[in-house]
Amino acid sequence: MKILLPKSLREILHYRDLWWMLTLRDIRIRYKQAIMGFLWALFMPIVAIFAGILIKKAMAFMAGQAMDEKAIVAMTFKVLPWTFFASSIRFAVQSLVGNSSLITKIYFPRAVLPLSAVSACFFDFLIAALILPVLIVIFRAPVNLYYLYLPYLILLVVLFTLGVGLLLSAANLFYRDVKYIVEIILMFGIFFTPVFYDANSLGKFGTIMRLNPIGSILESINQVISFNQPPDSGWLSYASVCSLGMFLLGFYFFHKFEPAFAENI
Amino acid sequence: MNDSMKFEGIWKKFRRGEKFNSLRDAIPAFFKNALNTKAEEILADQEFWAVKDVSFSIKKGEVVGIMGLNGAGKSTILKLLSRIMFPTRGRITIHGRLSALIEVTAGFHPDLTGRENVYLNGAILGMKRKEIDAKFDQIVDFSGIAEFIDTPVKRYSSGMYSRLGFSVAAHVDPEILLVDEVLSVGDISFQARCAEKMRDLLKSGVTIILVSHNLALIQSLCQRAILVDHGQVLRDGTTIEVLPHYENIVLKMREDMIHRRIEDTSGRGIKAKVHNPVMITGVGLFDQLGQSKNRFQLGDELHLAIHYRAIERIESPIFSVEIIRADGVVCCLARTDVNNPLLPYIQGEGRIKLDFGVLNLGAGIYQVKVVIYDQVTMHPYVTRAEEIVRFDAGGNTIVYQPIFYPPSRWEIRHLNPPSREKVKTVYENDFQ
Repeated sequence: MKILLPKSLREILHYRDLWWMLTLRDIRIRYKQAIMGFLWALFMPIVAIFAGILIKKAMAFMAGQAMDEKAIVAMTFKVLPWTFFASSIRFAVQSLVGNSSLITKIYFPRAVLPLSAVSACFFDFLIAALILPVLIVIFRAPVNLYYLYLPYLILLVVLFTLGVGLLLSAANLFYRDVKYIVEIILMFGIFFTPVFYDANSLGKFGTIMRLNPIGSILESINQVISFNQPPDSGWLSYASVCSLGMFLLGFYFFHKFEPAFAENI
Repeated sequence: MNDSMKFEGIWKKFRRGEKFNSLRDAIPAFFKNALNTKAEEILADQEFWAVKDVSFSIKKGEVVGIMGLNGAGKSTILKLLSRIMFPTRGRITIHGRLSALIEVTAGFHPDLTGRENVYLNGAILGMKRKEIDAKFDQIVDFSGIAEFIDTPVKRYSSGMYSRLGFSVAAHVDPEILLVDEVLSVGDISFQARCAEKMRDLLKSGVTIILVSHNLALIQSLCQRAILVDHGQVLRDGTTIEVLPHYENIVLKMREDMIHRRIEDTSGRGIKAKVHNPVMITGVGLFDQLGQSKNRFQLGDELHLAIHYRAIERIESPIFSVEIIRADGVVCCLARTDVNNPLLPYIQGEGRIKLDFGVLNLGAGIYQVKVVIYDQVTMHPYVTRAEEIVRFDAGGNTIVYQPIFYPPSRWEIRHLNPPSREKVKTVYENDFQ
């Protein structure tokens, strides 16, 4: 097993305690001196869900139909991975630049910084995910066997997020422009990703929506929750390849530019 | 495998000035680099070598001091050693767990408590969680802030802050330890604990690399020293061997500084005094054998010969000679009016001699300032401060450098001698 892993990855595993400590640090400092504490983890998803409900209501009104209340469940299932992705990227982009004193002074595999930034956001995601069973009970959403796909789909989101986070954190270290581009893309990205609507409702443009790996993953989630169907196997494989590829790409580029970090930060 | 670490032909390139930090500058630079295949071999505009072809190897258990002036490349070498930076060319091999006592509080987060920071910082320095668990009490004991360990460190005083940082770093148990001017943390009792820890480390056979301007520390801890100057290894040998070379560089730098100062002032001086009734045409420096020189050994006599040319007859002028250390301290002064009011007048060319005898000045660079004053108004007719004297300490190192060494005599009387007869020893030191 050890021989199969590249040296860089083994070193990160060697420093896994540091990864854990940095994740703990990121979680702790976010909720220190805050009265609401961990409840803040729910805040952003809840606001996003209300925005989604508003949009759904408007769309139903235009179509002259009543709003399907069960759609709220499916939408929540899609909003949570999206907010995880968005806040992880926002956080990871700053993870190297924000720890410049560590990077210029102490040696450790730098990848643990973006990795723990993403991990801390994943912790928030897990807290927020606690509302999912509650929603299922309230709206009596039918639970089916295909729910077993969900952990795998979340894993894909995590891999994709890690890859993008690694890549962008390194890019932002060299060029601070990256931070601004990312901020703009994340702000409007939710409209270009099928979070509040189904890709199919866009007709043939739905395919374009699915080309975005996050889009095809969210569509797969939607298929399981709203239609009680297994995810489309073609798009699922596409998403799997993209996520793994993104992770490897991000890791490769991060590792390639790592030696130049200290003097370019 | 006897080597702890090895530097083989290390080169490191840096850039002066600001790097482009936005895409607008980067894209043209990227294409320029893509076309230029051997970019790393050549120095581009604004680039320089911070470390040039440095090679050395350090054996297991050695304690080595790295010396050099500011900007000589010490910190770069340390950063290369600790793998924070990577060399442009060359190969570094390191065997064993390396830890650095540099900036010991870099990993602290102000909002976390002392306890949380101990764990975080320990992990950043490469410790496992179990290791920290095992050493936690030791670390807290050492820092002496047990009662505040659950307080956020932003409420700590700066002393407590760095003490906790040092305590964590000191418990990493490395095989190779890099130390950079951090041993001056906390109050006296904490420093004593640090010194003890340092002695323990020395005894335990850890390889230690020490970067410091504190020559006394280097001399007392290191058997070997590496002298770095302008990014190159100038000398590598025993500490006693290398220290004089370091001294040489320091003195050379001071000499250059004084030369620059002289150039600055002499340019202005000429303009101000056009109608000088008297001029100093030359100043000669000699030792007791009458040999002209400007490098003296401790114990040499210093004689001066001042050549002047007076255009007019000047009544009762005063000659004054000052010997000024590089930092501006006037160390010696001789004036013609103080002990022997001679010199009724001067006119035409002449020479006046001054015999300082054995000065016993500490090793260093000194400026000789000669002034001719008017007796009544104390207005200087002419000032000349162009000569530079250098005193070498000989066998004495410059670790503790006094202004001067007085002729001294020690006497020891053993009050309860091991044998019956009374022992009396006298050491004399008059540098002759």
